Amino acid sequence: MFGLTALDLARIQFAFTISFHIVFPAITIGLAAYLAVLEGCWLRTKRPHYRDLYHFWSKIFAVNFGMGVVSGLVMAYQFGTNWSFFSEFAGSITGPLLTYEVLTAFFLEAGFLGVMLFGWNRVGPGLHFFATVMVALGTLISATWILASNSWMQTPAGFEIIDGRVVPTDWFAVIFNPSFPYRLLHMSVAAFLATALFVGASAAWHLLRGRDNQAIRKMLSMAMWMLLIVAPIQAVIGDLHGLNTLKHQPAKIAALEGHWENHGNEGLPLLLFGWPDMQREETRFAVTVPRLGSLILTHTWDGQIQGLKEFAPEDRPNSTILFWSFRVMVGLGLLMIALGAWSLLLRRGERLYRARAFLHMALWMGPAGVIAILAGWYTTEVGRQPWVVYGLQRTADAVSPHGVPELALTLGIFVIAYFFVFGVGIAYMMRLVRKGPVLEAPRPEGGPGREHTPARPLSAVDDDEVLAPNPAARTRS
Amino acid sequence: MGIDLSLLWIVIIFFGVMMYVVMDGFDLGIGMLFPFIPDRHDRDVMMNTVAPVWDGNETWLVLGGAGLLAAFPLAYSVVLSALYLPLMLMLLGLIFRGVAFEFRFKANDRERPVWDASFILGSATASIFQGVALGAYIDGIRMEGHRFAGGPLDWLAPFPLFCGVGLMVAYTVLGSTWLIMKTEGDLQQRMIRLTGALAWLLLAVIAVISLWTPLTHPEIAERWFSLPNLFWFAPVPILVVLCMLMLMRALRREPNMAPFLYALGLVFLGYSGLAISVWPNIIPPGISIWDAAGPPQSQGFALVGALFIIPFILMYTVWAYYVFRGKVRHGEGYH
Repeated sequence: MFGLTALDLARIQFAFTISFHIVFPAITIGLAAYLAVLEGCWLRTKRPHYRDLYHFWSKIFAVNFGMGVVSGLVMAYQFGTNWSFFSEFAGSITGPLLTYEVLTAFFLEAGFLGVMLFGWNRVGPGLHFFATVMVALGTLISATWILASNSWMQTPAGFEIIDGRVVPTDWFAVIFNPSFPYRLLHMSVAAFLATALFVGASAAWHLLRGRDNQAIRKMLSMAMWMLLIVAPIQAVIGDLHGLNTLKHQPAKIAALEGHWENHGNEGLPLLLFGWPDMQREETRFAVTVPRLGSLILTHTWDGQIQGLKEFAPEDRPNSTILFWSFRVMVGLGLLMIALGAWSLLLRRGERLYRARAFLHMALWMGPAGVIAILAGWYTTEVGRQPWVVYGLQRTADAVSPHGVPELALTLGIFVIAYFFVFGVGIAYMMRLVRKGPVLEAPRPEGGPGREHTPARPLSAVDDDEVLAPNPAARTRS
Repeated sequence: MGIDLSLLWIVIIFFGVMMYVVMDGFDLGIGMLFPFIPDRHDRDVMMNTVAPVWDGNETWLVLGGAGLLAAFPLAYSVVLSALYLPLMLMLLGLIFRGVAFEFRFKANDRERPVWDASFILGSATASIFQGVALGAYIDGIRMEGHRFAGGPLDWLAPFPLFCGVGLMVAYTVLGSTWLIMKTEGDLQQRMIRLTGALAWLLLAVIAVISLWTPLTHPEIAERWFSLPNLFWFAPVPILVVLCMLMLMRALRREPNMAPFLYALGLVFLGYSGLAISVWPNIIPPGISIWDAAGPPQSQGFALVGALFIIPFILMYTVWAYYVFRGKVRHGEGYH
């Protein structure tokens, strides 16, 4: 099909399914933690807008979580169906890590999710809060195990190879392999940032339409504090992660900088833009800043790194893709820092909630976190090529022996099904966002008990009911 | 080594997959019962009986896959590639039905039929292809050395297809008896009548598979009908008949929980029967669990976690079911 080999199709299928998948768990991690914070604030302060925000976001969380579960199920089986020689070669490492993820994270999330989403009136407030915290904890534990597994594929450690199979010798070294701490921090923080941008954009959308209340303001404010504090931290983590990669996967760094060879002892320029050409072995149309490359990569004035030409052509990752995916990620990261800083300037006199230019930027930055996550993953995964386990097994040796027809068939079905199902799902999420948080009328003290709170943790309610004009929705203008 | 890690692991995987069959079985069954119950509010009730727990149910399937990869990487890689198309179609089915739980309640009146259809077809697709995969697995997987040597459509044969239909019937019985337990009034009465018919169909399926497998696989006939095995395994068919009779009896006298328990019994016995037929192979017909075992360092490491954590999982799973105990009524939901 279109001259693509079975290997190409298997790679496209994996890239396609995991690109869809990763978006949902990233937002799940962020929203679960956000919901735990909101419920904690509600229990502590009893200010109703925290509870209203909790119910609002938990509906969106539920849709997002469902999509994460079903798209994740595909991933768990694809290692065997599509990459059987990888599973046979390295399953002794990735299998136990995945098993621990299921045991310690998936069950924890699934077990408490029902109570979190549907149990508001069925269990006490303390127990409900506990369930929310368990779900949030589960999402982070899940990230920990899967990133240990992925990091091991990037920087394998703690094993020996016996009879052509990986045999673990030191599980501590396997899990805490050299790139794991950086990748775990980078991805967890990215999930928080992506969620903060999503929450912030939702608030900005309502404020721009003149819909203004305490809950919406709180949303924007919390999201912007998150961005202000965490976006710069992410830049520092990213820098450390880069130094770690330079040490363990120098070809990846050379490719993402479009750096082909050193010239004498002169410091490296930073290539702002350009077009790395794999055939011509040079980066064309480069726009450079002298010495900045050395400064960023080695933290010295004239340090050097290996150029791509020092690696055999068959061992080079694709610099054209890496160069740009990396720049997209970094560029968006810088914009996040800028947005956070701008929000701080606007805090005085509550201009934050009125400055339209700022609100427009917050709105447009809504998907930036998710795009940056995807770009970052393309950078690290494409940068690992041509290896599936870095230095140990090539991707071409890992793929299952399927023919082009069945791979083309399943890929076609996946593309159609994913765009339909997840397209509609995202549309439903946006529909919920557009409804905005519903403020509940304050109840008189000593009134009806908890049983009668018209809580709607999951809007499995009818649309018409929620769409009905709610007089409480504009208590503040 | 005093401990047979492979044996312990196969028991855990057997248990995990059984939990999956039993638990996701009834919620897949509910999807296949939708066509019999056209009323929207009845459908709401049916879905709400499983909405808080379906995700946990499905997690057992992931545990089965992950445990297989951890303990028997060879089996994972060979069996999953051999069953490529049925498994991919099963996963697609699970996607369409899984999202329906959320989407159906977010959709407006115009869109809802789409997600009803998605729930029905997704549940049916997932069930039939699980059965097909199971049947193809029992029939055996062609191998050369450590590689799958069969074709992409090996599963397209009478026995796997019959198993596919058989599993649909089994899941539907689990679903209908679950609904007897969780609903009341008219919906419950209809489920009681449906179960009466479906249970006989399930018995027929079990009987056919029990005859078909030994007739086509001499080693399975040998397993069951040689002495003294015959005496050891005789309780399995006897208990099947007993469960069936008890189920029928329970249906006649204002049933509540009993039919579901007997249906669980039937499915458990059928599942055990297949395990007896396949044992000790993990890739039928020739690769045993010890041939396919991963390194002991991997089996041991994952085993510690499994033995320590599974009891906790069972505890909070029971708790979650307990929180949502009792009948689900019209318009009540949990929302």
